[in-house]
Amino acid sequence: MERRLLSGDEAVAAAAMDGGVHLGTGYPGTPSTEILEAFSALGGRAQWAPNEKVALEVGLGAAFAGARAVVTMKHVGLNVAADPLFTAAYTGVSGALVVVAADDPGMASSQNEQDSRRYAIAAGLPMLEPADSQEAYELALAALELSQRWQLPVLLRMTTRVCHSKSIVTRQSAVAPAPVPRFARDVASRVMIPAYARPAHRRLRKKLESLEAWGETAPLAIWREGSKALGVIANGVTARHVREAAPEASLLELKLVHPLPLEKIRAFAASVERCVVIEEGDPVIADAVRAAGIPVEGKAPSFRFGELDVPRVRRILARDLSPEPEAPKGKPPQLCEACPYHPVYSTLKKLGCIVAGDIGCYTLGVLPPYEGMDTCVAMGASLGVGLGLRHVLPEEDARKVVSIIGDSTFVHTGLNGLVEMVYNPPPTGHVLVVLDNGTTAMTGQQEHPGTGRTLDHEPTAKLSIEGLARALGVANVDVVDPIADPAGFERLLAGRLSRPQLSVIVARRPCILAAADIRKYEKAAAAAGCAACPEVENV
Amino acid sequence: MSDVVNVVFAGLGGQGVIKASDILADAAFRAGRDVKKAEVHGMSQRGGSVTSDVRFGREVLSPMVPRGEAHYLVVLSPSEVAVTRPLLGKAGVLIPPDLVDEAALPNRKSLNVALLGALARHLDLPDEHWLAAIRAALPERLHEVNERAFRLGREAAGRAG
Repeated sequence: MERRLLSGDEAVAAAAMDGGVHLGTGYPGTPSTEILEAFSALGGRAQWAPNEKVALEVGLGAAFAGARAVVTMKHVGLNVAADPLFTAAYTGVSGALVVVAADDPGMASSQNEQDSRRYAIAAGLPMLEPADSQEAYELALAALELSQRWQLPVLLRMTTRVCHSKSIVTRQSAVAPAPVPRFARDVASRVMIPAYARPAHRRLRKKLESLEAWGETAPLAIWREGSKALGVIANGVTARHVREAAPEASLLELKLVHPLPLEKIRAFAASVERCVVIEEGDPVIADAVRAAGIPVEGKAPSFRFGELDVPRVRRILARDLSPEPEAPKGKPPQLCEACPYHPVYSTLKKLGCIVAGDIGCYTLGVLPPYEGMDTCVAMGASLGVGLGLRHVLPEEDARKVVSIIGDSTFVHTGLNGLVEMVYNPPPTGHVLVVLDNGTTAMTGQQEHPGTGRTLDHEPTAKLSIEGLARALGVANVDVVDPIADPAGFERLLAGRLSRPQLSVIVARRPCILAAADIRKYEKAAAAAGCAACPEVENV
Repeated sequence: MSDVVNVVFAGLGGQGVIKASDILADAAFRAGRDVKKAEVHGMSQRGGSVTSDVRFGREVLSPMVPRGEAHYLVVLSPSEVAVTRPLLGKAGVLIPPDLVDEAALPNRKSLNVALLGALARHLDLPDEHWLAAIRAALPERLHEVNERAFRLGREAAGRAG
């Protein structure tokens, strides 16, 4: 048996290999990104989707065909995928579908700290949660088995500390070979018109009931006998903090976090004098346990914010509400020195623009010296928010509004905003600047449909941002290099802002961190005589 | 947990903080210890502060070094020394960036490995595992430069000690 030091993300990838996963798909998002990259490196079939909703739909289709699929995303990506997720709970699957949602308590690199366990409850789906890499491996395999057995999508919740922590993993030597996908027609299960959806909802609740009963005795809640005076119920990496902070306490470590094994929890709580639920994020377990009439103590509201660690767990147990020491104030991240976005931000500042921004490296333009972003809400939101500002502001101010978005984010959900821009144009028109640096820079330079390369950097069809804008009927579409001609960029932007028309400016210049790799991929494609490559087209 | 060694690495994005912690974790793993390593990255490539925790021993539970309980704090950037100092325990050892003379390094980028050399002086991990971990983490053309940096760091720590 192979024993290796793996991150939680790498461990999930190893489980996908050993569990016979036919297809892995997702959208890069810290801290989930490395799962698909590692799966691909191990020889798995992995691909980036334009966004999480599409990824989940592709995974669901594969699972309808009897295949095993893994779909990866970060917590905010689960919001994007929520629409098909809820209905996938009704349709169920024929093979297996595991949806990995990576939460980011403490927001190391996210815009909110939502708790994905809420989605498991809302959609009615089982959710497993590992505490370290070994469990990430084992529970990813268990999730595939559970999905196959109950014919339900299964959520695997990870957190930053599990995704990006490394610990020792022992892989199983032999896992049953994956079945060959085969489509069997089952219209009533998979077409969710109301007549079919009503019985499907009942089927889902029945499956959950049977799963709940199974969960009471399944080895997915580990009861560690300890002191009778103190018992702790914990999940995920928090359970490890608890073992270190209070080694004497009795501990119930929950791996299946939805549905909860309430009878086991009831017995555990009754076996100790004081029972405390310690969970990172929202009081999901504490509330459910209390609602079931089991008296437990939760954490104080101040511990709802940020990550937990050993000292904070000690405080919760000691009911210590004194002010916590402040985290070291480090240097914030910033735009790279030679980043092509510098001239864009200096121009926006010079022209006094109101900037509706988006998610990516360029979000760093919000920091000094530019302070060049006025809103940043969600992937793709810069278009809608910019349009809303244009619709209602007095004309003089409306003319200053610019939406900016990166290339990968544009493909993710910006495209829908562009359709809205053409459909409901404000009277003053609008200006969209697409910051095209040829990669998904923020998450570590992943490919996307606009780069013309697949996850493995192999050539594929390339989506044209300017071509799309023209096809949709945008009046003014320009492509500029902001580094080669900053003065030209400024003239262009000023000119477009003065026109009561729709304009798209693609500011194109490769990310300096990715440029050398991009040249290497292009060279390799040209050498292979690839038809999709511009050098070959010109011949 | 009493035998667990807590090491925190700190520096700025691009300095090799994560790489250094990877090498230590691998060396401890090769020496047969239980190991956990936790880092927060994502925006780390953009020049901001980065820290990475490594813990090893007979059994490691939490992957995070409890604040104020680090035995060793290895800092790669002078600007990060003061801000990360509270992470170090009372009897803890600070390994600052100026412990090694950067001008003497065969390559400035190998400061992270040089400071690992300084750290190695304090830890009970056989040399063969350190060297194997360095080789596994870096491309072959950088092996010699980094092995030299590692030795340089260890000698510097000897003088400082």
